[in-house]
Amino acid sequence: MKVEFSPERRARFDALVAKYERKQSALLPTLYLAQEQWGYLTPEAMDYVGELLEIPPAHVYDAASFYLLFRKKDMGQWFLQVCNNVTCTMLGSEALLAVIQEELGIGNDGSLSADGKFSCIAVQCLGSCDTAPVVQVNEEYVEKLTPDRLRALVRRLREGGTLDAFSREADL
Amino acid sequence: MKLLAPEKRILFRHIDTPNLTSIDVYEKTGGYQSLRKALGMAPDALIEEVKKSGLRGRGGAGFPTGMKWGFVPFQSGKPIYLLCNADESEPGCFKDRVILEKNPHQLIEGIIIAAHAVRSRKSYIYIRGEYAFAARVLEKAIAEAVTRGYLGRKILGSEHSLELVIHRGAGAYICGEETGLISSLEGKKGYPKLKPPFPAVSGFLNCPTVVNNVETLANIPWIVANGGAAYAGYGTEKSRGTRLFCVSGWVKRPGTYEEEMGVPLKTLIDHYAGGMRDGARLKAVIPGGSSTPPLTADEADRVLMDYDDIARYGTFLGAGGIIVIPDHFPLGKILERITEFYWDESCGQCTPCREGTGWLFKIARALEHGQGKARDLGDLTRTARTMMGSTICALSDAAAMPVLGFLQKFPEDFERLANGAEGRHQRDRPTHLARMESDA
Repeated sequence: MKVEFSPERRARFDALVAKYERKQSALLPTLYLAQEQWGYLTPEAMDYVGELLEIPPAHVYDAASFYLLFRKKDMGQWFLQVCNNVTCTMLGSEALLAVIQEELGIGNDGSLSADGKFSCIAVQCLGSCDTAPVVQVNEEYVEKLTPDRLRALVRRLREGGTLDAFSREADL
Repeated sequence: MKLLAPEKRILFRHIDTPNLTSIDVYEKTGGYQSLRKALGMAPDALIEEVKKSGLRGRGGAGFPTGMKWGFVPFQSGKPIYLLCNADESEPGCFKDRVILEKNPHQLIEGIIIAAHAVRSRKSYIYIRGEYAFAARVLEKAIAEAVTRGYLGRKILGSEHSLELVIHRGAGAYICGEETGLISSLEGKKGYPKLKPPFPAVSGFLNCPTVVNNVETLANIPWIVANGGAAYAGYGTEKSRGTRLFCVSGWVKRPGTYEEEMGVPLKTLIDHYAGGMRDGARLKAVIPGGSSTPPLTADEADRVLMDYDDIARYGTFLGAGGIIVIPDHFPLGKILERITEFYWDESCGQCTPCREGTGWLFKIARALEHGQGKARDLGDLTRTARTMMGSTICALSDAAAMPVLGFLQKFPEDFERLANGAEGRHQRDRPTHLARMESDA
């Protein structure tokens, strides 16, 4: 099966490429689009991005491997990114990692949980030290976490729930 | 205690206004009036006004903004780019996020005025990938500004045109370094480049490029409305204006607070941030983000937050990230986290940084985990010194400075770790975890 953007994403790609002086500048946003469509960046997806932007595949791999937010494998439906920098550690991020280990049986090495729904990594400062400790779930920040609240969140997500009830406004 | 009255604030005067992200609300607070005024001014007059204000870059390096603008060769015939650096990633810093999420139009207005001053018709906001929420807020704000004619062709009927594009980074601290940012915006890895040539002469696509921080640009509408001299009336002689200070760590009310430069650090911690949590004792303060050497409790009591006074204590204002460390939290852990950060974020181009950050982290980790050796402190110091001033960009220095600072200011803590045995892990961990749990 040929790897290509859905018509809707193709239209978004055309619109974003038009914003730049040179096609290559659109590499990061195009990789985001590819990640949105396929969940992570397969070699085929990266080749396709290279074709679209008229740059060699090696150049695309090179950039994709440089940036943390581009996933090179399946990270599951819920990708938990636990900040472990200074303030979050001071305010309890190690206890949050322990909760994830207990509830999901995964460490912070990016491996998938047994049900295939979750993965977890420790990340650097998310720029939210005033609401530490913070976990980024996919693209959303969940702030001022305690072990109990994280446990409740993980259980909710595991049972098919969504992030909404933990939205930033509800928390603050 | 002299405090900056809320109505005297420059950046945060309207920050608590409900729905400030909406263009209607922003206009009601006087928004986009500075743009109208600026469009009636000659670009050179704008640059003069900013020079007069004494405004220095708020991203950490503190370079005078008006001078940076003045370096652009306006007659080169090449397009000129204005890039807004919203890649805020230094541990402890979260001030730009407040502006981006709560008052995006203040930034957009500042960008349009700055673009007029430096004759740029195309501008990008490079925002860190993790700030997805802020990017959505900005996207909507830019669309509103286009609809009102503040962006696009012939802004408000003037000769000035500007296209403004948001560009999301993807998780790399080094892209906050201005030449790394430019590489990334060109669709490459975020490798910094040797200077000179400086971006002002040859930056994005080898064209003249100005890179300014979010907070820097957000000051511009106020400076245009009130004049550079009025801005220079805030702060101290060499540190003009106000700053956003992000206070986090072991305090009662962490947050971002605007104050005049020269404010005592003690006022920021005790008055604004409510003082220490749980009556804990202050041990150390990181004053400007993780790359700035720490202050002892005694120094934190005395220091004034301006460029000159803080330099007397061997450290910097950085990007305003103040991390307050209580005496029950192990400094070895702090150094482990900081050195890991720079090891993680080194782009790997230059040997002293690529190898040095790894060694700093390995040694700091061993110290923290009860595997310290007598030679470790000497190795840390020698490695850190070798890393200073020997690389393309300042990340290497940023990694080395806190290491030297912690060892110099808190020798006893680290000598204890270097004597090995007593890994504080066993000794201190129950205390701080217990405190955390009692808080939860």
